[in-house]
Amino acid sequence: MYKSETTMTDPTRIIPVHYDCFKLPFGPVHPALKEPISINVTVKKEEILDVDIRLGHVNRGIEKLAQSRNLVQAIHLIERVCGICSHSHTTCFVQGLEKLSSIDISVKAAYLRTVLFELERMHSHLLLLGVVAQEIGFTTVFMHAFHMREHILDLFERLTGNRIHHAMNVIGGVRWDLNPGLVSSIHVSLNVVESSIKVLRDAFKDKTAEKRLCGVGRLDPSDALGLGVVGPVARGSGLVIDARKDNPYAAYKDLAGAFSVITMQGKDAYSRIEVRIQELFESINIIRAALDEMPAGSLEKCENPMRLSRKVPAGEVVSAVEAPRGELFYYIKTDGKDGLSRLHIRTPTFANIVALKDILVGGEIADIPAALASLDPCISCTTRMIVLGEN
Amino acid sequence: MYVSRFRAIRSSLMLHRPFFQPSHYQVHAMRPHSSIVSRCRLKSPWLFHLNSGSCNGCDIEILSVLSPRYDLERYGCQLVASPRHADVLLVTGAVTRQMLPRVIRVFEQIPEFKVVVAIGNCAINGCVFSQSEMIVGPVDKHIPVDTRVHGCPPRPEEIIKGVMAAMEAGLGNKSTNEK
Repeated sequence: MYKSETTMTDPTRIIPVHYDCFKLPFGPVHPALKEPISINVTVKKEEILDVDIRLGHVNRGIEKLAQSRNLVQAIHLIERVCGICSHSHTTCFVQGLEKLSSIDISVKAAYLRTVLFELERMHSHLLLLGVVAQEIGFTTVFMHAFHMREHILDLFERLTGNRIHHAMNVIGGVRWDLNPGLVSSIHVSLNVVESSIKVLRDAFKDKTAEKRLCGVGRLDPSDALGLGVVGPVARGSGLVIDARKDNPYAAYKDLAGAFSVITMQGKDAYSRIEVRIQELFESINIIRAALDEMPAGSLEKCENPMRLSRKVPAGEVVSAVEAPRGELFYYIKTDGKDGLSRLHIRTPTFANIVALKDILVGGEIADIPAALASLDPCISCTTRMIVLGEN
Repeated sequence: MYVSRFRAIRSSLMLHRPFFQPSHYQVHAMRPHSSIVSRCRLKSPWLFHLNSGSCNGCDIEILSVLSPRYDLERYGCQLVASPRHADVLLVTGAVTRQMLPRVIRVFEQIPEFKVVVAIGNCAINGCVFSQSEMIVGPVDKHIPVDTRVHGCPPRPEEIIKGVMAAMEAGLGNKSTNEK
């Protein structure tokens, strides 16, 4: 390696050129990425020296758009913040509005929200496990995980009529009720999925998978706490953070005994994956407990959502739920005339993506896809308006 | 020197757009293709998936289409990593300002004959985001779209149907005309 030699005499025109390090651009359209994000990685040979993340490629202006809609239309819009955790977004928004106008939803509606929430967590985690398997070149596991995911999507379709955007939440309750036939088929599907997750768990215990993931993307607990990461990323570094336990919502208060917060001490990509595998089993436990403890009888008919939305007073409220990727936070300010004067969404990936620099620096180029996938980034959630300064 | 009806319509669509290079497209449109290439393309269309600002809903349905339940690969389709290898462009999402130059560039990188499938309501008309300032219109405002798959998100069966329809409308038409 030879050092750069500037021949220009004018000191203001000297541009430092480092021939010993190289800038590697990733994205926004790149085969290793599922969504548009731009990551510029500075490398020296194989070692990563610096990471520069640019978001904003999928900024659709949702927060601004929500201010021009009424509350019922806003639920529709907010569901489309993210296709993977759509139920989390609407639950977070709707429970904020319910808190503001002090509406108590029926117990059965709370349980149904919880069941759907956990099914969503399962489908999201299975999706991630498939993607991670594909990134480390384990396509069989990818296909297996996606095949399992279809069982969950079938349940969604039978519960709500939709596979992806469920449209289950309304102000003051949920839209659809369970029938007894559906309860038994949920149990059947859960048994099938549970036995398959055991196969997945064994597949990730394989030596090849371990070698690809162990020690990759280390994030120490002190760094994790300092960066404010949430969800499985924080729990993979040993932090006990879970909004379902810390700040119970829906029916999680009643179901607190049915699950425990999974933490791992490995601090690397493998422990983050392991947390998610264990959480799948916990989700199954929660759903089984929720179906058992759910009050019998049909769903109480709630008031007309349009009428309820007009009764929401002017005020501001914050609301948080534990989405599959971590704590999802909403700040809602209503104008008292069936509209929003401000909406702010802080998604879990927005908190987690800042850890990418700590995770990648010091690692190798070949580990970038696996380390990035272990964060489970959801870029379409994350992208908000970012002002980078006047220049 | 043959120009199929389909290609003629498409090139006329492109000519009035400043960012396309008309000469480039005319040269390709006039070039005679061997029928074996067209036939092979029809049997094994390769797909490139471009997220132009979608909510992930359509994207995970495209992934589901490639999973064992629906298995688009039985039709010879394969999701490829580079647009230069692809025949079919699957576009999801209402095009955001940031992604517009990328959408056009990816479209230009796909070799002729290419087929564009707009997947989801966002790609077709903007869906709930149509009034946003950050959205620069549906996909067909910027690149010619051959098939539209409606739904928010569309079901996997419909995506398969859309890709097949695109193949028949686009590549199939061309290959039969060339006989």
